Amino acid sequence: MQHYSMNLKLKVWRQRNANEQGHFETYDVENVSSEMSFLEMIDVLNEQLISKGGEPIAFDHDCREGICGMCSMVIDGRPHGPWKGTTTCQLHMRAFKDGDMITVEPFRANAFPVIKDLMVSRSAFDRIIQAGGYISVNTGNAVDGNALPIEKDKADDAFAAAACIGCGACVAACKNASAMLFVSAKVSHLALLPQGEPERKQRVVNMIAQMDKEGFGSCTNTYACEAECPKEISVLNIARLNREYLDATLSAD
Amino acid sequence: MLDAKIPQGSLSEKWTKYKGSVKLVNPANKRKLEIIVVGTGLAGSSAAASLGEMGYKVKAFCFQDSPRRAHSIAAQGGINAAKNYQNDGDSTYRLFYDTIKGGDYRAREANVHRLAEVSTNIIDQCVAQGVPFAREYGGLLSNRSFGGTQVQRTFYAAGQTGQQLLIGAYQALERQVALGTVEMFARHEMVELVIIDGKARGIIARNLVTGELERHFGHAVLLCTGGYGNVFYLSTNAMGSNVTAAWKVHRKGAYFANPCFTQIHPTCIPVSGDHQSKLTLMSESLRNDGRIWVPAKQSDNRAPNEIPEEERDYYLERRYPAFGNLVPRDVASRAAKERCDAGYGVGTSKQAVYLDYAAAIQRYGKAEESKRNLGSVSSETITALGKEVVKEKYGNLFDMYEKITGENPYEVPMRIYPAVHYTMGGLWVDYELKTTIDGLYALGEANFSDHGANRLGASALMQGLADGYFVIPYTLGNYLAEEIRTNNIPTDHPAFVEAEKNASERINKLISIKGKQTVESFHKRLGKIIWDKCGMARSAEGLKQAIEEVRALKKEFWSDVRIPGGINEMNPELDKAGRVADFIELGELMCLDALERNESCGGHFREEYQTPDGEALRDDENYMYVAAWEMKEENWQLHKESLNYEIVKPSQRSYK
Ligand SMILES: Cc1cc2nc3c(=O)[nH]c(=O)nc-3n(C[C@H](O)[C@H](O)[C@H](O)COP(=O)(O)OP(=O)(O)OC[C@H]3O[C@@H](n4cnc5c(N)ncnc54)[C@H](O)[C@@H]3O)c2cc1C
Ligand code: SF4
Ligand code: FES
Repeated sequence: MQHYSMNLKLKVWRQRNANEQGHFETYDVENVSSEMSFLEMIDVLNEQLISKGGEPIAFDHDCREGICGMCSMVIDGRPHGPWKGTTTCQLHMRAFKDGDMITVEPFRANAFPVIKDLMVSRSAFDRIIQAGGYISVNTGNAVDGNALPIEKDKADDAFAAAACIGCGACVAACKNASAMLFVSAKVSHLALLPQGEPERKQRVVNMIAQMDKEGFGSCTNTYACEAECPKEISVLNIARLNREYLDATLSAD
Repeated sequence: MLDAKIPQGSLSEKWTKYKGSVKLVNPANKRKLEIIVVGTGLAGSSAAASLGEMGYKVKAFCFQDSPRRAHSIAAQGGINAAKNYQNDGDSTYRLFYDTIKGGDYRAREANVHRLAEVSTNIIDQCVAQGVPFAREYGGLLSNRSFGGTQVQRTFYAAGQTGQQLLIGAYQALERQVALGTVEMFARHEMVELVIIDGKARGIIARNLVTGELERHFGHAVLLCTGGYGNVFYLSTNAMGSNVTAAWKVHRKGAYFANPCFTQIHPTCIPVSGDHQSKLTLMSESLRNDGRIWVPAKQSDNRAPNEIPEEERDYYLERRYPAFGNLVPRDVASRAAKERCDAGYGVGTSKQAVYLDYAAAIQRYGKAEESKRNLGSVSSETITALGKEVVKEKYGNLFDMYEKITGENPYEVPMRIYPAVHYTMGGLWVDYELKTTIDGLYALGEANFSDHGANRLGASALMQGLADGYFVIPYTLGNYLAEEIRTNNIPTDHPAFVEAEKNASERINKLISIKGKQTVESFHKRLGKIIWDKCGMARSAEGLKQAIEEVRALKKEFWSDVRIPGGINEMNPELDKAGRVADFIELGELMCLDALERNESCGGHFREEYQTPDGEALRDDENYMYVAAWEMKEENWQLHKESLNYEIVKPSQRSYK
């Protein structure tokens, strides 16, 4: 792998807090190594800003290895940037070349208000989980782990859906800011497992109700969510969600 | 001597007897008792959810925007449990024994035995919550091997075990939030402990969005705030992982145990340059199938695939034939350092060794050929089949490697090097997980209790969940049963006022320094001192220097740090400054502890104390104790808890 160094221009969204208006500012960042991660490049810029008496760009991040779901930028119009199946923190600078101008914005959705600069609040997702994204089993109530064999295929599908990191890129990618991919991933994960069976119907109904209440839009069927999802959660989950919802509402009457 | 309050009776009966005689709190009283849980990783989420289910009123805190993002989410490889589903001779005793031996005989027997006992319940609980563990075609749970053991007892969910376990605990927690038993405070950081009449009674937390300080009362306080590996600046920990909560309580009287016992993980992606902000682990599970080697010749610059078999040195297999690539972490890390220091390292930095999957791909390919009855197929097909199997087992790890390095590990061996990963040391706790402050408990990586001087892989997840789901629900009741007459203390009590004042003064002091150097630059310098002198190898001379250097750094920090922005707003630099200030103080204590322990054991390797073939040389006669440090003014006093091995007979650890 050939490494190189580049000079970049960054156009970054700056916003003091939820109440103030935001705007773009442009910065030069020099001598960026192709080996850096995108966030390391922002670190370098922030160190420069602080040294010059300015204020660093606020952004969310924690694990920096693509699993916590905390990082959340829209880079050149794409949530988590240009690489497929990759979070912002895993994006590396070899995706860019010398002289590039990169635009960086927060995830935008009514249900994700901006806190500062590139940071948004995604607590709506927690409230959707509170509405039913769990299996009701108190500590100590469990039977032996092998008491109930689960077909490998089903277990694998449940796992694939459970890989969602709750980042919200699907919402940011959707022109309606729909949270269907996120909700469908959780509904699928639990509906595919025998342990999830008893609460299957009320779960899907309650989670959808909460999703609507939070102000997420409806599904556009354009699959922008799947294209931008860093964990490549499949839109087949949305089809399953729709079936689950239909089943639950029909039989409830 | 410190008393760990270990129950009487034979080792295997202690926990059962304890549970049978522990004091209980009736349901009506539980509703009146409030518990503060700081941290919502595996330990905190499981504790908060379980205590909420029991009927207590819980307030839980984390600094991320959601409890689901705690550092536990990043655990990859798996979780141990003595289920013996593989019928390969596993048992509670064997898990207990492996953990004690793996910890190089510096862990407390009674705690470790309890851990092994409850390990099986954890798997059951997680399966019931819907944790999608890997399964075999027959539908039953699958296992893999991990370092330091000869049985297969590790349960896993591809390379995302921590994520799946945490999501399970998080969902249980959110269910309690919905039911109203748990109140969740995300984007909050604990900055002070409140002590009233000698008992922990609450915390001061900073709302990280508004910068406001808040007072929260609790009849008891649980710290589940994780480890302090980020004292090294570069580590595999999440960026926000910190020692702050533990340090605040240490400053208020809680003893800090074995701070120098830190774990350097052998298989991480090497540092690529000065810009490096953190290191990425390649799960230990990769050592199941991967083979570690360096060229047999020094400074061999050929590409790895051009180096023929007979010119490679599979040094772990050579030195440790019984365990081979699966020796414990401390042993594997030191062996890698030894080869690199001796000039056999690879890659541009020469600070790396190879982790090679070529042999595993062939082995799995052939197994598939016969499993699928394909007859005799071409070698390309075998390779392709083998890659498929490896992808299923380790795909996400391989992807991660490729994203970071730009190299394809299915084609070329991965380059790896040891990196800071875990801290065995932590707040001293007794058998009930109580610190030396009454009413203050520590769970998970934040305490010191179960892993001695070295933790075995897949045992931290087990410990976090054991503490939260199965230990604290009993031991906390024993304390709270005496508290049912304590009414909620209003937060205008002078102790709350005083604690808030302290926190506020410190924040004001930090922000008004207005110096020239960034917080990050101090953190980097601290990390370098600690890594160089209190990392994989330590010496009395180096440690003494390090102590001087850290003290000087502290002075410089408090006179020249520059923190932009204000107090009453979201200000990540200010948050980080508070954490780095605490890391600096901890750094000094780590070096002091390492200097005091004149022996080598587990992750603590003092160059002066080694066997002729370079293995750690323990001194059981003089150092078979837990070093628990009490902070006095700005100095420390050492207290000891002696370790009595009733069952296991300490011997020199051998993995040959
Ligand atoms: C990359 C990686 C892979 C790993 N893989 C494995 C594995 O395969 N198997 C295994 O057994 N172990 C593994 N480990 C170790 C294991 O993940 C951790 O030891 C364990 O998850 C720690 O859990 P915890 O609940 O104690 O703390 P954490 O998960 O670190 O949680 C700490 C919590 O405390 C909160 N917090 C911290 N400070 C404050 C404060 N001041 N105020 C408020 N809240 C605060 C945080 O917000 C967070 O919620 C791995 C570790 C790493 C780094
Ligand atoms: S579905 Fe994908 S994009 Fe949406 S929250 Fe989950 S991981 Fe993120
Ligand atoms: S920082 Fe954790 S996913 Fe990006």
